[in-house]
Amino acid sequence: MEFLSNLALGFSVASSLENLTFCLIGVLLGTLIGVLPGIGATATIAMLLPITFQLEPVSSLIMLAGIYYGAQYGGSTTAILINMPGESSSAVTAIDGYQMARKGRAGIALAVAAIGSFFAGTVSTFLVALFAPLLTTVALKFGSAEYFSLMVLGLIMSVALAHGSVLKALAMVVLGLLLGMVGSDIYDGTPRFTMGITAYADGLNFVAVAVGVFGIAEILRNLEDEHDRQVLTSHVGRLWPTREDFRAIVGPVLRGTGLGSVLGILPGGGAILASFASYTVEKKLSKNPGEFGHGAIAGVAGPESANNAGAQTSFIPLLTLGIPANPVMALMIGAMIIQGIVPGPNVASEQPGLFWGIIASMWIGNLMLVVLNLPLIGLWVKLLKVPYFILFPIIMAMCSIGVYSVASNTWDLYAVAFFGLLGYVMGKLRFEPAPLLLGFVLGPLLEEHLRRALILSRGDAATFINRPISLTLLLLAVGVLVLVFLPAIRKSRDEVFTESEG
Amino acid sequence: MTSPTTDRSEAIAGALLMLAAGFFAWQTMDLRIGTALRMGPGYFPAILSGILFLLGLLVFLKAFRSTATSEAMGAIAWRGLLFILPAPVFFGLTVRGLGFVPALFLTALIAAMASMRMKLHWALLLAFLVTLFSTLVFSYALGLPFRRFGPWLPF
Repeated sequence: MEFLSNLALGFSVASSLENLTFCLIGVLLGTLIGVLPGIGATATIAMLLPITFQLEPVSSLIMLAGIYYGAQYGGSTTAILINMPGESSSAVTAIDGYQMARKGRAGIALAVAAIGSFFAGTVSTFLVALFAPLLTTVALKFGSAEYFSLMVLGLIMSVALAHGSVLKALAMVVLGLLLGMVGSDIYDGTPRFTMGITAYADGLNFVAVAVGVFGIAEILRNLEDEHDRQVLTSHVGRLWPTREDFRAIVGPVLRGTGLGSVLGILPGGGAILASFASYTVEKKLSKNPGEFGHGAIAGVAGPESANNAGAQTSFIPLLTLGIPANPVMALMIGAMIIQGIVPGPNVASEQPGLFWGIIASMWIGNLMLVVLNLPLIGLWVKLLKVPYFILFPIIMAMCSIGVYSVASNTWDLYAVAFFGLLGYVMGKLRFEPAPLLLGFVLGPLLEEHLRRALILSRGDAATFINRPISLTLLLLAVGVLVLVFLPAIRKSRDEVFTESEG
Repeated sequence: MTSPTTDRSEAIAGALLMLAAGFFAWQTMDLRIGTALRMGPGYFPAILSGILFLLGLLVFLKAFRSTATSEAMGAIAWRGLLFILPAPVFFGLTVRGLGFVPALFLTALIAAMASMRMKLHWALLLAFLVTLFSTLVFSYALGLPFRRFGPWLPF
């Protein structure tokens, strides 16, 4: 059984003392970040990214992955306790989780979220291990035309899943692509859009852009209105669910895991979509749908399983195709590239230890989260009370060190300030940052594959349509675009997003 | 549904997009465009600038026939902008000259001033602790190649 020997290799890599330590640091940091007010996982991973460059590639990616799913756990904690989702994918959890907390069932809601997430994490880790190699064999057949079309599909998906105006999200993708063009031309080295600044000849620093657009902009938004946060309850109540509770969550957890695993693979923010979809399904299937919105346990268990499963399977496109499914995965790509690993189908065959080590570490990380987080909930609740004005100077200092340590380039720090301002203005004008970042990361790849595909086809643009895989991907992209512009779909999409903000 | 009104923030958004497109198009003019077979450095950016301009125009035009109720833009964090944005710039300007330790202390201090609720003595204490922690972790433990004190200082 190749599958088992691969997993065994992965676990032997992931369970080395060093990697276990970094996994633990990662999940703890991630939870901390998810719990702390006013700073999201994307921004924090962007800031911590440079710190991991000193580590071995495997350890650094294991730690980053740990931060990612740790933050999901932390995000659910704040969603339940203070009705403030730390992560957009826990927005749905807040609806019923917070209601459960108000009824004195906060502990049970937290435990159900943790148990559901762990189950989903276990199943989807095995799915990743099963399907990643299959997809890798498909991916090896991909030529430049297919890669181009796949990236177009990914970008369109990110537009479809963004909040608000589709036009503006499209504009953000295009702006991101253009920003990705900054630097030297890949074929003849002509400097583009560098304004004569040689420090930008290698392109804008990805970490600087991400920290600015996500991190600094978020700090500025929080400074608009300085309020103390109300922690609903320092009394969490009993943790362990009763037998009836267990019976009530089995179905939602199973369905959520299934939905999440499938939707997570889709490029463009699968985990968020997965939790929404799961909530809708549970509400439809429930015997008393009126309970939803007033503390339905299924409304916590389903979406929490779904978003964790989705978070896990979103590693599949990253590990097999080198294509990020969401901004966090884009950061992982950045980390791999700086470590000298070219993300793509070759990673599995050339670096099996790294590939399977990351997959195995996901399961270990999930286990750590369940074991650690339930007892530590009291500590997390205390952390919620840390006032914001103490946090953000620390964050600013970490940002500055982090960005500077990537390449010791002071111009990267000036770029942080610029993109912080840009991100803040974008927020004011209701532009979404995620499509911009995805465009920025994919821009150079997209151009390279476009140009290479056209050279191979002797300038015939029909190459994208004549190749069946490429055509399918492009048709899917067109289909998605048509769907989001259709009035009926647009209306229900608006409703879904409005519900999440309520 | 209210009758169509003008959504000011949408109009600004559209105009800014067109402005950005114009900037990239202007910068592309110096680049060789090439043909579809042998694309020059300017080919793809030229296409993208065109698309961005069109999208900006659509957003701009739609702003004048807005049916959605316009959301207020809300308060603007002037104090935040004034202190947060210069912090990384200051760090960039001084990290080589002053060295890591003093540059970071002052950066944290500047950033701390962004909150109205911060008191000076708390800011000093916080900046000190942040600097101490970061120096121990990044400079000593992780061994990042920073000069702790730079050539601008007499010692």
